Amino acid sequence: MNLTLVDWIVMLVYFCFVLGIGFLLKRRVNTSTDFFLAGRAIPAWVCGLAFISANLGAQEVIGMAASGAKYGIATSHFYWIGAIPAMVFVGLFMMPFYYGSRARSVPEYLRLRFDEKTRGLNAISFATMTVFSSGISMYAMARLIQTLHIFDVPFQRMSLSPEWIFHVSIIFSAVIVLGYILLGGLSSAIYNEVLQFFLIVAGFLPLVWLGLKNVGGWHGITRQLPSGYTHSWSGMGSASTNRLGVEWFGLVMGLGFVLSFGYWCTDFLVIQRAMAADSMTAARRTPLIAAIPKMFFPFLVILPGLIAIALPTQTTISTGMGTSGSRYVATVGQGLIPAKIDGRTGLPILDNNGKPILDYDLAVPTMLLHYFPTGVLGLGITALLASFMSGMAGNVTAFNTVWTYDLYQSYIKPNATDAHYLVMGRLATVFGIALSVAAAYAAAHFNNIMDMLQLVFAFVNAPLFATFLLGMFWKRATGHGAFAGLLAGTGSAAFHHGLTIPTGATPGIKGAWLGTVLHVYPSEMAQNFWTAIWAWSMCFVVTLVISLLTRPREEKELVGLVYSLTERPSDEHLPWHKRPIGLGVAVLVLTVMLNLLFW
Amino acid sequence: MGLDVRLPIGALFVILGVVLASFGVVSDKALYERSLGININLEWGLVMLGFGLIMLIFGRHRSIADIEGRTSARDRSAEEGEKTCPPGKQT
Repeated sequence: MNLTLVDWIVMLVYFCFVLGIGFLLKRRVNTSTDFFLAGRAIPAWVCGLAFISANLGAQEVIGMAASGAKYGIATSHFYWIGAIPAMVFVGLFMMPFYYGSRARSVPEYLRLRFDEKTRGLNAISFATMTVFSSGISMYAMARLIQTLHIFDVPFQRMSLSPEWIFHVSIIFSAVIVLGYILLGGLSSAIYNEVLQFFLIVAGFLPLVWLGLKNVGGWHGITRQLPSGYTHSWSGMGSASTNRLGVEWFGLVMGLGFVLSFGYWCTDFLVIQRAMAADSMTAARRTPLIAAIPKMFFPFLVILPGLIAIALPTQTTISTGMGTSGSRYVATVGQGLIPAKIDGRTGLPILDNNGKPILDYDLAVPTMLLHYFPTGVLGLGITALLASFMSGMAGNVTAFNTVWTYDLYQSYIKPNATDAHYLVMGRLATVFGIALSVAAAYAAAHFNNIMDMLQLVFAFVNAPLFATFLLGMFWKRATGHGAFAGLLAGTGSAAFHHGLTIPTGATPGIKGAWLGTVLHVYPSEMAQNFWTAIWAWSMCFVVTLVISLLTRPREEKELVGLVYSLTERPSDEHLPWHKRPIGLGVAVLVLTVMLNLLFW
Repeated sequence: MGLDVRLPIGALFVILGVVLASFGVVSDKALYERSLGININLEWGLVMLGFGLIMLIFGRHRSIADIEGRTSARDRSAEEGEKTCPPGKQT
């Protein structure tokens, strides 16, 4: 890749702003509430953009384009089914309890509603998860910088060994994120997430524009590709007639209900952004405002993948500047997407049928290199780096809050002064980032360990929404019930995964590790969705049964925590577009229209 | 918070817009073969500049409204119940 001075200027200006925001906000951080909850003084639209930006990590930008190239427009199910309905639900029905209970974190809500052990379980698993996610984000960023040869030329100039690029990338991203969170806490993270949101849009919009122009618009794509790529619902009747390999029921229940609600309604990483809002109405509007850009994201992140696969196949692909100047590798692929290359032999990796396996993750990077001249290229790269960092910072701010409030204050040192917890929050930020760096190196060295961890997280997360649903809407649910339900849900997810396998996979990390195969799924995605459905149902039933067998809590203790015992927030004096219910309905209607448009 | 987030966003987009657009003016035409003959630096730089200016104008507008409408100092207590947006603390 040939980056010139103007690209570096664009990058430098951006990083100055990122740290500058931290410095500007530093003076405003006086209490732990300022640091962890941004003083609960952020307007709704800012929280809303941070709400999606915190989730708009690299996995999304790179991963959704990769899925777009692999599965086609059906990838939009991850938005239109897998995000929007849950975002509307959390805004309308759950935010009154999160914000109204004055809990400072999601685990703290669990303690108020249930008991200490449920909170502890959730806090520990969540804290571990955030550290590993931010480590994986860091690792992916360093790998991408290596693959795109972004730093090769400056490294050559300074006569440093190219082996250091990986280490420098990790340290660089860690220092930047550490810098702005340490300075300004959550408000700094939120402000930067909003900045990153606009930057990501600014970096990707011209890519989509040029790509669409080149391929002849949406009609050009439909002409180039088989119809399976360009319809989101028409083949969903059975797993064998669509590219995802899932039937509609598994999709709607597994992705649309269990996984999506489990993430958007219970994950403190995103909920924290809404908790920072300046009023109850603002907190409720946060996810609803977020849903509006979210529903149009498929055009920004999935379309580049579709365009990349629809373009005429390139026989030679520049892999950019190697240490010995320009290096071209003749390769096979489809459209702009190259085949995966075996690092040792330099030859494409073939599947069982002798066809090359495509490296879909390179869809966005090759699109950037294909269309962007120097200048805008710097902007595109900056947008990519911004997306990595917003994902990382989201995890770190969620980690330092849960660690300080839910673990340190609860179990290690209660009753200390607020100033003490503020110091601890800053220390936890350093500590959390150090752990992320360690996780990034673990990911680099033991690929299987990371796969396994992600699998375990999936087991832990899948049942969560059942616990929150019963906790918020059924006053009879008890702490013992919730705790047992969570354990049962996680356990049954593990069992289900251990007894089933996607077709064509070998037993092991992909499933069937318990020795017997009870069911073969048409695809890995179908297996994931059904594992989640199992876990959720099990957690729901066990929580219900154990709750009925244990002593309920006094009703007066549950005021503000359970739907039937809490006064409805009134917002009748507001115009419809400022009322959560009005916004929610508008969002849902738009989503249905988008689904029909791409049916 | 006192700092209106639109101001840094506006400033960033104005600076990046000016950098890209001016580079687009002076750069060689051959550069734009890959972007289908469109001088994407100039065109997109101008779009970013325009967006940045709009952000700055709206951000300034609100900051002034805040100074005029400022009542009492911001209440730091987060323990109280429902409260409305406190006016931004001006520097």
